Amino acid sequence: MCGIVGIYLKNKKLNKDLGKLLTGMMNNMATRGPDSAGFAIYSPEKKNRYKYSVCFSETNAKEIKSQIIKKIKDAKIKVIADHLIIETALAPVKVLDMIKKFKNLSLVGYGNSIEIFKQVGNPKDVVKNFNLEKFSGTHAIGHTRMATESAITTDGSHPYSTGKDECLVHNGSLSNHNNLRRTLKKRGIEIRSQNDTEVAAGYISNGLLNKKSLKETLIDGLKDLDGFYTFISGTKSGMAIVRDEIACKPAVVAETKDYVAIASEFQAMAHLPNVNKAKIFEPDPGLVYSWGK
Amino acid sequence: MKFNLKKDSLRDVNNHLQNIDKKSNNRSFVINNPDGNHAICAGLKDEIEVTVDGHAGYYCAGMNMNAQITINGNVGTGVAENMMSGTVHVKGNASQSAGATAHGGTLIVDGDTSSRCGISMKGIDIIVKGSVGHMSAFMAQSGNLVICGDAGDALGDSIYEAKIFISGKVKSLGADCEEKKITEKDKKILKSLLDKSGLNDKDINNFKMYGSARKLYNFNIDNVSEY
Repeated sequence: MCGIVGIYLKNKKLNKDLGKLLTGMMNNMATRGPDSAGFAIYSPEKKNRYKYSVCFSETNAKEIKSQIIKKIKDAKIKVIADHLIIETALAPVKVLDMIKKFKNLSLVGYGNSIEIFKQVGNPKDVVKNFNLEKFSGTHAIGHTRMATESAITTDGSHPYSTGKDECLVHNGSLSNHNNLRRTLKKRGIEIRSQNDTEVAAGYISNGLLNKKSLKETLIDGLKDLDGFYTFISGTKSGMAIVRDEIACKPAVVAETKDYVAIASEFQAMAHLPNVNKAKIFEPDPGLVYSWGK
Repeated sequence: MKFNLKKDSLRDVNNHLQNIDKKSNNRSFVINNPDGNHAICAGLKDEIEVTVDGHAGYYCAGMNMNAQITINGNVGTGVAENMMSGTVHVKGNASQSAGATAHGGTLIVDGDTSSRCGISMKGIDIIVKGSVGHMSAFMAQSGNLVICGDAGDALGDSIYEAKIFISGKVKSLGADCEEKKITEKDKKILKSLLDKSGLNDKDINNFKMYGSARKLYNFNIDNVSEY
């Protein structure tokens, strides 16, 4: 099943409440995906500063922090549950290799704007562990998982991020992901897990690397990605949704002058401000909808 | 009598509505703050009136018998699924599989429905004032689907003996579905369904009728009275 949610704020005054709004959306989708959860938060980018979201295991925060500082001298490190957000001026070409060398660290995502958190457990507990309510930002995407295609691990959880400031959440399953994974790996796209969604994320990264827009890439995906899906994909400038042409996997959009919210079911957005006055619609099958700057 | 789903549990509300004292005069109910909850008013069986004041989730008014249920908002997947009798009126839009497998009663949708409206319908009358999505009336066996707007791809795919009346455009027809000549009897059916939905001013001559070409299944004229 799985639950997917996304919110894009049009009114900057709501930025401080982003985490609170997303918490309600994730909690209300816990029934659709009780085994793991994750979310990506976008906030205004700081020029020439990169944020690396990493997950640590079999060590403690203090120890791993001191090890990282030895390698990345200017690193500012924020610890949130079993995740670290490492902020530095060092560019991805250097840092991504460094992170790989740490046995206890695994990269979740990176960019100038994005922070990603994901964990195994009931979504209601996961959002509490990461204190999602306290986050602010411009837009956010979340996922509650009922595992089908790969194991219940942090690696198997969404959102997937295979490029700078990118993320993807997925309700559904893909059937041609093994073949596509091989093709994308040959083109230099790094795919770390055996999960089908990560392949779709890699497909989007490949499109963006080839100077296509997110919308164009998702339109191409309608013929290249075989399976059932509703995708919500984020970049630092906005987000998009697409459903496959059979459209078995649900989605509802609610748009007001202040925000655009997307969810698997309306109940995920029943708590949003003025939602009863929102324009509410189901995205048509095979059409890409996008919002952003 | 009013319920508030912010305070009252859905199970208690449905339990109350499913077990109405036959002698009670209290037969009108309002449910506030439905907030997209699933299975609101599922399995009602008595002649009561219920207004759901807001948006409802999946399988709203499923398996309904006798009750008159109005939803002042949108509904999720499978509204009035397997309805036996009574009326369900959605003032907003309905998601996929509206009226699926329903044996009887009337479903009125003021807005649009998404895909698979009336899938496997078995005798229900569905009136959609807007448009319907793809694969509507898929394997529809009996009953009437009236569409005032347009229909998506593969309308009436593998249809049996249900009738589809449509006034807008059909994007494409499904396998074994074809346009039929409207008889006077069909016109009467259409007129009564439009009247029932408050569409007395609609010109029935603007509607086309579609049904089964009867090439895909073993139609036997001796069984026609069964549909």
